Amino acid sequence: MPIRGKTFIADFSRLLVADKPFYNPAMPTIEIKNLSKTYRVYQKQEGLIASVRGLFHREYREVHAVNDINLTVEEGEFVAFLGPNGAGKTTTLKLLSGVINPDQGSVEVLGHVPWERENEYRRKFALVMGQKNQLWWDLPAMESFRLNQHIYCVPKDEFERTRDELCEMLNVTSLLGRPVRELSLGERMKMELIAALIHKPDVLFLDEPTIGLDVVAQHKIQEFLKAYQQEQNNTILLTSHYMKDIEALCKRVVIIANGSIYHDGSLEDIVDQFSGDKIVTLQLHDDRSLEAISKIPNLIEIDAPKIKFRVDRDGVGRVLSQILSEHAVDDIVVEDPPLEEVISNVFSQAEEKGRREVETHS
Amino acid sequence: MLESAVIWWTFFKISINERLIYRADFMLGTLMRFLPTLTQIFLWWAIYDVISNNEPNNTGAEPDGNIAGYKYGDMVAYYLLVIISRAFSSMPGLTGGIANQIRNGEVKKFLIQPVDMQGCLLMQRIAHKLVYYLIATLPFALVFFLCRDFFIEGWPPPDALAVFFASLILSFLLGFYLECCIGLIGFWFLEVTSLTFIYMLMNFLLSGHMFPLELLPAEPFNIRQLVEYLPFKYLAYFPAAVFLGKIEGPELYRGLLAEIGWVVFFIVLSRILWHRGIKRYSGYGG
Repeated sequence: MPIRGKTFIADFSRLLVADKPFYNPAMPTIEIKNLSKTYRVYQKQEGLIASVRGLFHREYREVHAVNDINLTVEEGEFVAFLGPNGAGKTTTLKLLSGVINPDQGSVEVLGHVPWERENEYRRKFALVMGQKNQLWWDLPAMESFRLNQHIYCVPKDEFERTRDELCEMLNVTSLLGRPVRELSLGERMKMELIAALIHKPDVLFLDEPTIGLDVVAQHKIQEFLKAYQQEQNNTILLTSHYMKDIEALCKRVVIIANGSIYHDGSLEDIVDQFSGDKIVTLQLHDDRSLEAISKIPNLIEIDAPKIKFRVDRDGVGRVLSQILSEHAVDDIVVEDPPLEEVISNVFSQAEEKGRREVETHS
Repeated sequence: MLESAVIWWTFFKISINERLIYRADFMLGTLMRFLPTLTQIFLWWAIYDVISNNEPNNTGAEPDGNIAGYKYGDMVAYYLLVIISRAFSSMPGLTGGIANQIRNGEVKKFLIQPVDMQGCLLMQRIAHKLVYYLIATLPFALVFFLCRDFFIEGWPPPDALAVFFASLILSFLLGFYLECCIGLIGFWFLEVTSLTFIYMLMNFLLSGHMFPLELLPAEPFNIRQLVEYLPFKYLAYFPAAVFLGKIEGPELYRGLLAEIGWVVFFIVLSRILWHRGIKRYSGYGG
């Protein structure tokens, strides 16, 4: 196999020359230090006169898409990037995959600097964008897979094994021969994933892989990603707006807002830290109690014989014991508020913090 | 080297498959190519008819029914040969395709994957052209057979024929890299439609696509001389003129060398544009 041999020699010669450190497994897979990226956006005024003026003199506004981010990801981690639209998630993924250069800071992924775009690095990662189609539109997905096989120098038998495995996991073997344009969005997304995984990337960047998919397809893709990651132990970074994706997949969640990291930790951490409330649902024995309790502050809804309300985390015990002593209660459920709600609170807090910072600066 | 050869070969095969999906579209396109030429042939027929009936000296035509050295038969033969040149050098959709890929971000693919954009596009284009020739040979052969009497001089001598074929291959490369360069300007201006339009006009007039370059005026500006220093004439005029024996002797090889020079120039230019372009792209955000 001359192809493998060649990369081996290339690796080996780098060891000897040693001008760049050879990738050391003890190093973190992804290391981001003080990363910043600023876009210059052309500020167009409204109106014809302004348009003409814009031909000669352009006003630009600076957008800090990524602002001094520090992040370390170890091998085998499955990390979610969460944040409102325009927070800098996609920009970060683009920086990590070498599509754009930063203004400041350093990144190392698997020991490579992404924006140097060495072929060696490019054979080790994959980027899947849910909104972009990377397959050949008029041809069966099989053809795109084969092209990727050669682009990434995957030996034939290994390629066939990987492909069959992935197709089986995603249950799309029967669709391999059908032109991509005739596939449904969910089927196409599965094919996109297979195409990206043909070369068994060590690092995988997923930018909203479940966007626009129905619940069943979303669930299928989640299950697949989970199983695949456990099997391969590769490192995956995912952005998504669906909390279900993140709940199902990621132990670690990084919240990005206004280009900065606002929180880095587990999902439970976020709920603990950002949600002061619990939601209590009571099923009451008689309507009289229902009426009495309905005067409670922070009522959410009454759906007789059930009543739902919000209680301060620290006050749950006190409130419940008081109610229990006065009324007959059939059932009690105490739960965290829905994740979507917590996250949207976090987002608005983060945005407000960002706005305050801008004001104090100017 | 070997691994890229394998990539290109796969890419080539896939492009052929893709093209074969559009067979019917191709057939129709080939036939349509002859239509504009037909109108031009009728126009010249009318012109030659008028000058042969008139006093020779007040029409600007030469006494024996020649216009700029072209008899009516030569003129028809010229247009037929230009169709062949254009079948090699025209690159429908290349400029716009590149500019679109830059605008909608598809160009990212070539930053993320270890493949070269121009190599991919070239393979795709060669595949498209080959499929096109495969389908177009029959209608071309038919038209040329029917029109064989217009080729007054018959087949050119072997050396001219060799230069003719070489210049066709080079005109393919020239057309490809020239249009590549225009498309890559999309890195700086998001919209290249007007640029493409200007290029199309220049190409139409200065390549000999519309009429033989001998008809271009030398007064008040010496456009006739100017086109000699431009790359356009190799896209249509040069191969046709070589076949018709308008270019002879050392001029044949001088022309071929100049064409090679232009091809190299545009290859280098397109590489520079690509590298500058992605630098800018990655600097300002994709």
